[in-house]
Parts: sequence; C-alpha cells; structure tokens
Amino acid sequence: MPEPITVRVTVNGKRFEQTCEPRKLLVDFLREDLGLTGTHVGCEHGVCGACTILFNGEAVRSCIMLAVQADGAELGTIEGLAEDGEFHPLQQAFHENHGLQCGFCTPGVLMLALDFLRLNPSPTDQEIREAISAVLCRCTGYRDIVRSIAAAAGKMRTARTR
Amino acid sequence: MKPAIFEYHAPTTIDAAIGLLARYQGEARLLAGGQSLLPMMNFRLVSPAAIIDLNRIPDLAYIRNENGTVRLGAMTRQRTVEFSPIVAKYLPLLVEAIKFVAHLPIRSRGTIGGSIAHADPAAELPMVLQALEGEVVARGPAGERLIKATDLFQGLLTTSLAPDEMIVEVRLAAIPAHAGCAVEEFARRRGDFAIAAVAAVVERAGERCIKARLATAGIGSTSVRLTAAEAILERDGLGDTVIEEAAAKAAEMVSPLSDQQASVEYRRHLTRVLTERALRRARSIH
Amino acid sequence: MAEPSRMPYVGRSMLRREDRRLLLGEGQYVGDLQLPRMLHAAFVRSPMAHARIRSVDLARAAAAPGVALVLSGTELAQLLPTIPDHQVSLPSKWRTAVRHHILNPQQALLAADKVRHVGEAFAVVVAESRYAAEDAAALVEAQFDPLPAVVDPEDGLRPSAPIVHEQFGTNLICELAVAKGDAEGALRDAPHRLQRRFHHHRYAALPIECRGVVGAYDARTHSLTIWSATQVVHWVRREVAATLGMPEARVRCVALDVGGGFGVKGHVYPEDLLIPFLARRLGRPVKWIEDRHEHLMCSCHSRDQIHDVEIGFDADGRIRAFHDRFLADCGAFNPIGSGAMYNTIAHLIGPYRIDHFAAEAKIVATNKVPNAPYRGAGRPEAALVTERVMDLIAARLELEPAEVRRRNMIRPEEMPYHLGILYRDGEPIVYDGGDYPAALEKALIAVGGLAAFRRRQSEARREGRHLGIGIGCYTEGTGAGPFEGATVRIEPSGKIFVASGACPQGQGMETIFSQIVADIWSVEPEDVVISLADTAAIPMGFGTIASRSTVTLSAAIHHASERLRKKTFAIAANLLECGSEDLELRNGMVGVIGVPGMAVPLGKVAQAARPGWDHGRPPGVKAGLDETYYWEPPTVTWSYAVHAAIVEVDVGTGGIKIERYAVAHDCGVVVNPMLVEGQIIGGTVQGIGGGLFERFAYDSDGQLLTGSLMDYMMPTASDVPDIALAHQHSPSPLNPLGVKGLGEGGAIAPPVAIANAVADALAPFRAEFNVTPIMPEQIVAAVRQGAVKNTHTQLGVQP
Repeated sequence: MPEPITVRVTVNGKRFEQTCEPRKLLVDFLREDLGLTGTHVGCEHGVCGACTILFNGEAVRSCIMLAVQADGAELGTIEGLAEDGEFHPLQQAFHENHGLQCGFCTPGVLMLALDFLRLNPSPTDQEIREAISAVLCRCTGYRDIVRSIAAAAGKMRTARTR
Repeated sequence: MKPAIFEYHAPTTIDAAIGLLARYQGEARLLAGGQSLLPMMNFRLVSPAAIIDLNRIPDLAYIRNENGTVRLGAMTRQRTVEFSPIVAKYLPLLVEAIKFVAHLPIRSRGTIGGSIAHADPAAELPMVLQALEGEVVARGPAGERLIKATDLFQGLLTTSLAPDEMIVEVRLAAIPAHAGCAVEEFARRRGDFAIAAVAAVVERAGERCIKARLATAGIGSTSVRLTAAEAILERDGLGDTVIEEAAAKAAEMVSPLSDQQASVEYRRHLTRVLTERALRRARSIH
Repeated sequence: MAEPSRMPYVGRSMLRREDRRLLLGEGQYVGDLQLPRMLHAAFVRSPMAHARIRSVDLARAAAAPGVALVLSGTELAQLLPTIPDHQVSLPSKWRTAVRHHILNPQQALLAADKVRHVGEAFAVVVAESRYAAEDAAALVEAQFDPLPAVVDPEDGLRPSAPIVHEQFGTNLICELAVAKGDAEGALRDAPHRLQRRFHHHRYAALPIECRGVVGAYDARTHSLTIWSATQVVHWVRREVAATLGMPEARVRCVALDVGGGFGVKGHVYPEDLLIPFLARRLGRPVKWIEDRHEHLMCSCHSRDQIHDVEIGFDADGRIRAFHDRFLADCGAFNPIGSGAMYNTIAHLIGPYRIDHFAAEAKIVATNKVPNAPYRGAGRPEAALVTERVMDLIAARLELEPAEVRRRNMIRPEEMPYHLGILYRDGEPIVYDGGDYPAALEKALIAVGGLAAFRRRQSEARREGRHLGIGIGCYTEGTGAGPFEGATVRIEPSGKIFVASGACPQGQGMETIFSQIVADIWSVEPEDVVISLADTAAIPMGFGTIASRSTVTLSAAIHHASERLRKKTFAIAANLLECGSEDLELRNGMVGVIGVPGMAVPLGKVAQAARPGWDHGRPPGVKAGLDETYYWEPPTVTWSYAVHAAIVEVDVGTGGIKIERYAVAHDCGVVVNPMLVEGQIIGGTVQGIGGGLFERFAYDSDGQLLTGSLMDYMMPTASDVPDIALAHQHSPSPLNPLGVKGLGEGGAIAPPVAIANAVADALAPFRAEFNVTPIMPEQIVAAVRQGAVKNTHTQLGVQP
C-alpha cells in the first residue's frame, strides 16, 4: 500500500490538513474528507463539468485531479460564494432568473461563471453561451443560465465601479 | 469509477523525474495536466504502477521568444498559451488552434508538452507542431535531444520518445508577419476532439506561394503534413483551381480512421473540404 | 372560498423556495449522505451481451482489503426472489378492450444463470470505501460461456434467433393492436398512397446525477430506511417490503434532492432492493452511488422503435388511412411493460382527423440495456412518424407542409374531440380543448413567418447556402392516473402542512404547491410547509412520471382542502358562535363575512380541534384538523404544442446549425409561468439532443460502443439556439384548477422538427430524413446522391 499523503489546502479561505491515499480524486477529497458536498460528481471523466471548482482562481474539473495536486493551493467552491448567508450577485441572479432546476450542475456552473466573468466582465450572450458549453445541464436548456449570468455580469460591473 | 492504487512521486527536478521513469521501466506515467491521463485512470483503462507528478518541478513553464523561435516550457498551461502576448504576436496559428482545445477548465490544467506527448490523433496541438515544423526538446538519462515534429508522431497515441524520456520544451518558429494562417476544424460540438481538422500556413509573394504548410488532426492515427498538397501550391500558386487541386490531393494522401463519429470516406471528404476552406482563408489574411 | 380581493399566487412567476439551499451548496443529494459506519457497494457487471454464467469465484475479492461482503447471483437467488414483473399495472378496462399479449421476463437482482446485456450485474462487493470496493470487484473471477447475441429486433424475430429468455421460446414479449374504422379498405380506396420506414433510435435521459441508493437498518425497531434518487418512493417501499418480507410500516423510502430524473429514475431497479437487503444483512448502512460508466450500461435506455407505415391520402393532402406496424427494441427486460409503446399508438393520430387507423406493435427482447420511458415516453416516436408523413405528403403534392397540416388538423370548434381509441388508462381518448391551427400560426410567426422565410431561403439558395424550415406538432395525454394523494393539515402554529408522494427532481414543486395552497387557504406561501417524496408522510402515493404531478396533486390538494375547510368552518363557527355559512377564509384566519373584527386564526381552530378536555369542537365533529384525499383522475387531460425550427445546413461538411427555434405551447392554466418556460425549454433541448447528438450504439456482438460521455454526446449551450415561446391556454375541464401536464412535452417534437427542417433545406437534393439522429455524414451522402440523381434527371439517364 502506498504511503498516505498529507494535503494542506485552503478552501474558501479556510485552511485544512488531511491525509489520504495518493489516488484520492480531488472531488472526493472535498466531499468526503472535508465534508464539502456542494461540489457534485456527474461523470468522473472530466466531461460534464458538475465538479468544477476554482483552483488558484481558475476553473478546473476536480474529478480529473488528484487531491495531492491541491497541496499548497487555494481552492474556491460553492460553499464559499455567499458571504454570511448573503447571496453573491451570481447566486442572486440565478435565483431571480430561474437559472437552476434540480441544482446538480449549478455549483459547477457558478464556479465556471466566476472565472469566466473575471476574464470577460462584459460578455455578449453568445460569449456566455460559448463559455458555459463547458458544463452540461439537462434541466434548463441553458437559456435561463445565460440570462442569469448576463444579469449577474451587469450587477458585478456596477458593484466594481461603485 | 475510481483509479487503481499507484505509488506516487513528486520529484522536484527533471533528472529525478527521468530517474523514476527509468526505475519503473515503462510502468510509470508522467502527470502533467492530467486531463487525458486521469479520465483513462478513472476508467481503469490504464493503471500505472506509479505516477510521477511533474507539477512540483520549478521552471518548466515559460514562454520566451529567442531570435525568432518561441520556446515554451513543456509544463506551460494551455490557458497561459491562450492569453500570452508573445504567442499572440508570433504564433497566431497557435492562438486560433488553442481555442478549439476542449473548454477553459481543461485548458487551465492541460499543458502544451503533455498534449504533444500524449499524441491523441484528434488533438489540435500536435497539428500545430506539424504545421509550424516545430521541435521538441526531449531529455533522458543520456541528455537532451531535439525531435522534429515529423519524427515525433509515430502512430495512435505513440511518439518516438523513449520510455525514460520526457519533453521539456516545445519550440516553434515565429510565423512571418506576411504569412496567412487558418485552422478549419469540424467537430460535432464546440470543444470536442476534431473529427477532421486542417491547419494551413501560407506565405505568398505576389501571385506565387513561396511556402505552404498543411497539417491535419482527427483524420488519421497521427497528425500528418500534407506534403504533396503543399508541393502543388508552392508550384502553382494560390488560385482557386490550384487550391481545389491541392485539396483533392490532400484527400487522396490521408489514411483516415473509421470510428463512432465518422467513416473513412466521410473523413476523406472532410479533408478535401477543410483543406480548401483553410487555404482560402489563409491566403486572404494579410 | 377565499377572500376575492387578494391577488392570486397561481399565475405568478414566484421565485423558487428550493433555490436557496441549492445555490448555497446545501442541497442534499443521496451521494451526500454520510451515516456512521457506512459501507460502500460496487457491482460487478457483465462484459458480455449474452452468456451463461459458468462460475463466479469470489475468494480473492472477499479477501481484499476493507471488504465486508461479496455476493454472487447464485447465492442471492437462495435468499431473495426476483423483481415483480409489471410495476405499472394495467387497468382491467384496458386489458379487456385492447388486443394484447404480454410476457413478463423476471429480472433477478443479480444475474445467476445468464447475463443478458453488457452491464447486467452478477455480483456485488461491499467495502469500507468505493475505492476499495472497486479494487475488490476487479478481483472477482467469472467464467462465461458466450452465446450469440440478439442486437436487432427484426433479427430477434427470425426463427433462428438466439432467445434472450428461454422460458418463453421467443423474443416477442409483447404484442399490441389497436384499430379504428377500416384502415385496409380506406388505404385501398385512397387516391394516393405512400409507404415508409422510420426509425427513432435508442437514447436516454442521462440526468447529471446518476442513480444512488443508501439503505440503513434499525435493529431496535426492525425497520429499514431507504434513501434513493427515485421518482417513485412508494413503489420502492412496496417492492422492498414485499421482497424482504417486511410490513410496509417498517419500511420507509425517502428521496432527498434528486438531480434530474426525466423518467429514468421512474421505476424500481434491482439496486433499490439489493442495497437495503445488504444493509439489513450487514447491520450497517450501505451506500451505492452509480457512476456514469455504469449508468450508460444499466440505467434504462429509451425510444428505439422501427415503424413501417402505409398512408392513404387524397389530392388535397388529407389523410384517409393510416396503418403503422412497429417494433420496439426493449432490451433484456421490460420493467414498464407496454407503457411507452402503447403511448406511441395512442399518440400517432396527434392533432389530426384520421378516421381510419390501425397500429400493431411488437415488443422484442434483445441483449441490450432494458428500455423504459424517458421524457416523452413513446410520443417522440409517434411524432417522428406522423410529422414526417405530413411533410412527405406535402412533397408529393407540392404543397406547403404547414398547409397539409392545416387541412388535417382538428379545429377548435370540434372540441371536445373523440379520437375513437383508448388511452393507456382504458378510457376513450377525448381531446378536451385547444386550438391546434392557432398554435401552428404562432409557432411560424415566432420563427419569423413562413412567407418571409421562403423568400430568405430562395435568396440563400442562389448564394449556395441551404436553409430549411421544419414543423413538429403533437398532442400529449397528461395527468394520468391511477391516483395521487395529498394530506392537508392545519397546525396549531397556523401553518398549513401538505404531504404527498409526488417526487420532485427539479420541477420546483415546493414552490408551485405553496402557491396553490396559499390561494386555497388565503395564507402566504411561506406559511405552507410541504413534505414530498417521503413514504412516512403519507400512506399511499404514486410518484412523479408521465407529466402528472401538477394535475394530480393540485386536484388532491383541492379535494382534501374542500373537506378540511368544511370541518374548519364548523369548528370556527363554534368558536365564533355563528353559522358555517357566514364564514370565509381571509389572510390566515377564518372570519365572518362582512365583519372585519370577527375572525379566528387558523392556528386557533387547529388547537380547538384537538381531542381531550376543553376542546372547541361542536358535537359530532371528530378531533384533528387534517384530511387525506386520494384523487383518481377520470382520465388524462390533453396538452399540445407546435415546434418550428429553421436550420442552416453546410453541405460541405454536413454540419447543421439551428438558426431559430420556437415552441407554441398549451398546458392549460399556468401556475408559475417562469417554471413552465423552464420545463418547455429544458425538454426542447433534450429533444434537440435526441435529434442530432445523442445515440446509444451497439456492435454485432452486443458490445456497447458508447460507454462514456465522449461517445454519448449531449447538447451543450453552444449547440442550441435561444428558443422563442408562445403560449395558449385551454383550461382543463378535468381538474379543479384547470391545469394540464407539461413536464415531458418539450422533448416530443424536436427530433422530427429538425428532420423536417433538414429535409426542407436539402429539398433540391430530394433528400429524406426518416432515421434519427441526423448525422452530418448522412447529409454529405444525401447531397452526393441527390447531386447524382439530379444530374441523371437532367440527362434523362437512370442512375
């Protein structure tokens, strides 16, 4: 049996230190070892995007990363988006624009949207569509996800200029 | 689907990584971006005895322009390549191609060296290496050697790298400012692997085509150069009929694969169509 | 009933109460459940499509690290019986009236004698982690004697075919026949005839959350709790209780947050029974979460029907005769029996007047994953047939496809329209309202208008570009029985508690039912407490499939509330010393009409209703303030829609781009417009996936070629356009609210709308698209053949 490895990682600003097998997938480490079940598993081969989290600020698919790769990194997950229970503009926009139905892909969509909007704060609807083609949703048909992100982008731009 | 058990190593030098490769005699896998490796391991399609994680080796990710050659460290993330001003200035073909590579989250982790070493026949980066006549720097126990693109890709997921060698750098000659380039890709959905793709780089002088380079992805078991088609263009120029002839030649030359997505005949047909479209676009860019 | 001046909540796009926990990452799906001492299961699944199991050696697996138990099918067969045959029973009204012959292949919880499809489980490992369980599963050594596989339903009917279920001696496990009028005679007499074959292929729901079951046994009370990502908690409870020999009162099934269902989670699977069994046997909770690779090879597939039709029509394009003989490839087992296939028969006529109709269905067992309903459940197959026929008639007579439809459509003044055949519930089909021609106009206007499109199409053709327009119309029976239940209870707190066996998977039920209850009881939606998908909360329930919960649960709530209101008024009258007839509900209170000050809060009435000393009930009124009502729908109520698609086809690559897409939709009274639109669009995009991208492929040995999401392609946001919606409202006369079901509709028409659009785009090549999915390679081939055909026509030479 290989040596267990220690993963020291910061998630949503909070530091964790846990030991696990080297083969433990990052998404399983988050869900099982850290108890952060907000990130979901949809395919385990890096296609559906439900497991998307932020890794040092960039959206990544945590089902095709090993936990050990997160040692020393700063991660962002859905649990860190709201502040003191107050919705982030993205969450508020998804709520107001029916951007979710079953909610299973939603954490992945939100993390991806965060990264995308940092890269492109004033996207067109077409650009939003292209960006979110990185996550599969079976419920919404994507229209209301696009509307939600467009609405959030507007709010986030206003908030920044204030 | 969970991966099988493996020994895990995170060397901090290239030599240590190579030493581990030699120690495991082909039973170990290098972990670069992991975007191709981890899915295969999760399916237990591959179950290496050991993983050699390259992500803790410093100074393997960089982008530098040195005397007209762009040097990219093997561990440079595709996302970094996508947004690099040096790449934008000197390698527009790479900028265009990289936008076809999967999706942003994959590019956040995937590396240029990893993609080239993995040699997926439908991947875009090997095609760029071919089209730009690039080279890789490979390091093994005996030292470093340069491998040209035409000598690197040997077959399906197979390169000429020795089991104890790894790519440390990718070198691409800057594309002359007067050259036109284009990537035409056909895939079922945005971000999918190419069913067929053609990359074209043409340098013209008046009516003449002084240099034409055409490379493929998705069509055969490796990315290839369409040299006979290139010769037609360099001989006869970039007129409409010549382009049609070159495209027909390209379709003739390739050895397409048949799979879930497409038959041999359809891929051959796409070769012609995409070669034509790539050339028409490339010649009009100035 | 309630004060009239309040703005109703029904009809408002209220934001969802489900959203908060889901957006915060605090949703709880079955995979999130962590219980003390929990073990994890992994299944060993057949690599072969058809084989006898010679031996299964579990020794190495049992000795692997962290393993608690390994079990093979042979051992399990000693311990547990097989799953009961038809989970959806057929009403005797249907059974006596419809010609049918049904055989029931029983599915073992773990295969013992034979494996019958790649992916069928024949052993299970339970270990400390899923990782360890998979390691051990890889150590199970099985010896198989391969048998030839049946991979094509037509081949499966040949005399020499290998037999999937030997005890039947045939692969023909069901036959159905329905007729009205004299199809043969009308066909003979028709001025024009056409014959075609259509194939709507095999694809499936693929929710982003796969299936999952957790079982926990409590030794103190001898009871089992099952958490399952299911759409049918009461079915699971019933089957677990029966299979494990326990009273239903000792079995509880709960569905937590479910990440999409669309029908694939709409019946009891072997794992739903096996996992609880293992939990009881081991005395520790057992969790099984299906991974995607498994899902593709053991969660039910759908569609997969081959239709041979003969149509008789006249010179005006009116259909005189319609005869359809079809085969359904149902895979190795048939958990929902003839459900989807009978749906196909019942929906073939669609929104049209067809007096002479006959349909015969044969359901054939093959060595593939079992076939069960998926969003649409047999209706997309029907729509493909009928709507392609409309366009083929139009092409033959050189008429506009929309015009052919108008000429055949049932007119609104003909409503209610008796179709002349029975629905699955055994009742005669009666279209209970709607305006099909108006919906057709709306859909065409929403994509920019037909005449304008034809002009654009001509211009584009001159430039060498190929645009096409396609239509897909359907009617949909919704809100099916047999029943749904609601318990409505008023609490001393004044809150209204509602419990039901409906099982949400993202539809927003907590929101819409709080809107409905709020209106009925004149309270705020926040004052409504809802329990769904929990067998402990209501004794009987049916579940959420077949676009039924809005209809059936709203009616059950209405009737329960009607009865409860009478009792509430009786007690309130006692407290207020007035007559019941003087009372009304207003703002959480019961008050005297016209006397603002005289009122008592609902909570106070609930307190007064209690048994014991000093209660406030008048004589003859029993204690308690709750009612449970099981609503049995008289029959289904009929939604409908028209889809219109404009596509551009790249004849060089065969690529298809959907330029515009519109849906004109009628689901009666709308409770929450925002949620209705979400359902329609979500269903439509799944339908687009089915038309263009999604496909299960098997080779001739029955090996599944599409075992990952790389091969089974689902539509992404870039693949679908924005979808325009137009609405019509024909309230249902069959339930108190006037609502109709809508969960499935969106997925019914897109495949055929796109097929029609592509055929229209390639009309110069005289291409037909009667097989789905529409693949680029087929387009290139059609263009090549069409070009050849056209050339020969010009030259007057036979190809």
